[in-house]
Amino acid sequence: MELNRNVSLASALRYKGQGPMLTYVLHRIGGIGMALFITVHILASFLGGKGGVFVNSIYENWLFQVFIFFCVLFHAINGLRITILDLWPRLIVYQREAIWIEWAVFLPIYAFAVLVIVQTALKV
Amino acid sequence: MADQPKTLSLRQRGLNFEMLMWAFTRFSALAMYGLIIFALIGALIMGARTHMNFADIMRWAFTPNVTHVQDTNLPDVAPWATAFWKVIASLIVLVATAHGVHGLVVIADDYITGPRGRQVVRMLSILFMLFMMFAGIYVIWTS
Repeated sequence: MELNRNVSLASALRYKGQGPMLTYVLHRIGGIGMALFITVHILASFLGGKGGVFVNSIYENWLFQVFIFFCVLFHAINGLRITILDLWPRLIVYQREAIWIEWAVFLPIYAFAVLVIVQTALKV
Repeated sequence: MADQPKTLSLRQRGLNFEMLMWAFTRFSALAMYGLIIFALIGALIMGARTHMNFADIMRWAFTPNVTHVQDTNLPDVAPWATAFWKVIASLIVLVATAHGVHGLVVIADDYITGPRGRQVVRMLSILFMLFMMFAGIYVIWTS
């Protein structure tokens, strides 16, 4: 069956899904970011040689580390929220509160990680 | 007071591929939490806290593969390079690849809606998944 969605990109961008929509979008970005990184990283280790060394120099860059750690940490914490709410469906009514808790867990850990990554980058 | 669940029971819904993969995505996420926390605790017990930086500990946690620590200032690589950790790393690769490739298929399904296109995506994703599993495990066991 062919699906038809009569939603243009412009109206999709105007959709005010708020917290749950934001986490959904970030979850996707994080998932795609990790899939890309892990694919390239495994291929680099598998193929080795000059290409492998070049790829490794990309992911050792602190900007890339800040990005990939966002992907990993957000996807992990948001995924845990989704898992908990899905396995205990009664909790779905507290979805918005769960998202607030999620940010309260994510932000300090991510801020600390970025601080450490930037400090390490400045030292070298 | 409590709302009645509006979903069908498992029996009425029946088991299908989508439902199984929905459950697999949740349980593999929990499995990855378990494996990653296990690798993190293992790294700390093996002395990561005295001779590893944050990035190296994270890399070890997400794939406990000796190539992820051999460039660091380790006095003795032997406890890190055991078959036990290779098995754990292989498990993480298998679970994470299956979880990740299914995630990519879910995203592709949002944009490729024809039955033919979805079939092509599914075939390609299976080949891609098997290749990535092979490559990851090959790297772990030959390094």
